Amino acid sequence: MDMKSDALQLGTYTFASRLLLGTGKFSDTETMVQAIAASGAQLVTVALRRFNRERPSDDLFGPLSRLPGVTLMPNTSGARDANEAVRAARLARELSGSPFIKVEIHPNPQHLLPDAVETLAAAKILAAEGFLVMPYIPADPVLAKRLEDVGCVSVMPLGAPIGSGQGLDTAAMLRLIVAHSRVPVIVDAGLRAPSEAAAALEMGCAAVLVNSAIAAADQPVAMAAAFAQAVQAGRAAYRAGLMPRRAAASATSPLTEFLSP
Amino acid sequence: MQLLVNGKTLERPEGDTLAGLLVALGADAGRVAVLVNDEVVPQARRAAAALHAGDRVEVLTFAGGG
Repeated sequence: MDMKSDALQLGTYTFASRLLLGTGKFSDTETMVQAIAASGAQLVTVALRRFNRERPSDDLFGPLSRLPGVTLMPNTSGARDANEAVRAARLARELSGSPFIKVEIHPNPQHLLPDAVETLAAAKILAAEGFLVMPYIPADPVLAKRLEDVGCVSVMPLGAPIGSGQGLDTAAMLRLIVAHSRVPVIVDAGLRAPSEAAAALEMGCAAVLVNSAIAAADQPVAMAAAFAQAVQAGRAAYRAGLMPRRAAASATSPLTEFLSP
Repeated sequence: MQLLVNGKTLERPEGDTLAGLLVALGADAGRVAVLVNDEVVPQARRAAAALHAGDRVEVLTFAGGG
């Protein structure tokens, strides 16, 4: 397959890789760097945190700058409403120099489900300011269209709650979002197994964003490579076109009667 | 004068600038984003940014996140 003609287009940016990686929950920075390299991810999320000279390992700038071809996508995690998310986004852009922002507003730490109302309000403001807005959203086809309309370069519906590893619980809604979206649909959150990433790509999702499934695996670097293969397989299958489902059997061997008396 | 830096009270000399505060904190100027009283202060403006008693300063960096 010609990967150049099948690049992931986000705003004015193109990426060969359809696997996006988060940088949270890794046991150490070196494992994170190796996992990103093994995943082939070119768009990587980071979070804002208060500077603390006692915790220099917090600072991912040095380690991430060692990785060639990686673009940062800061998130607005910690924001509880649109105003806080907008402020976090402006700060993050000042720091990253990247126009990408993952708008993530989840006021309830018990389930971390995104606030659709505040997310739409923040996305509208940030898109108008020239950000390439990637909103983390509930798997709601109506909301997805509203976000597309205000200028988001992608929508990122959840497969299941963040870090839950419950997979593609929202598969039916994801199919509806894919069918009606003009922007790339990226499944963000909830995945556990590479087969789920492959399934997301097979149904026409443009990419997946994975963090816990890799960072919390026994061997994160090996799991990152496994996800990379699954994403490639899923995308290749989508482009090849899956056969239609049938209610009944359809023979693959000739049903001739030479064994009949 | 007293400042509130990342939620903690900090005593700094009168006339201190934001750039001076960052040096005192041991922060690499190119690797932190800074808010003074909720307004972003870009790196180019920090040397001239005088601080005043009671200012709330947030110094932020990138950490792991999904």
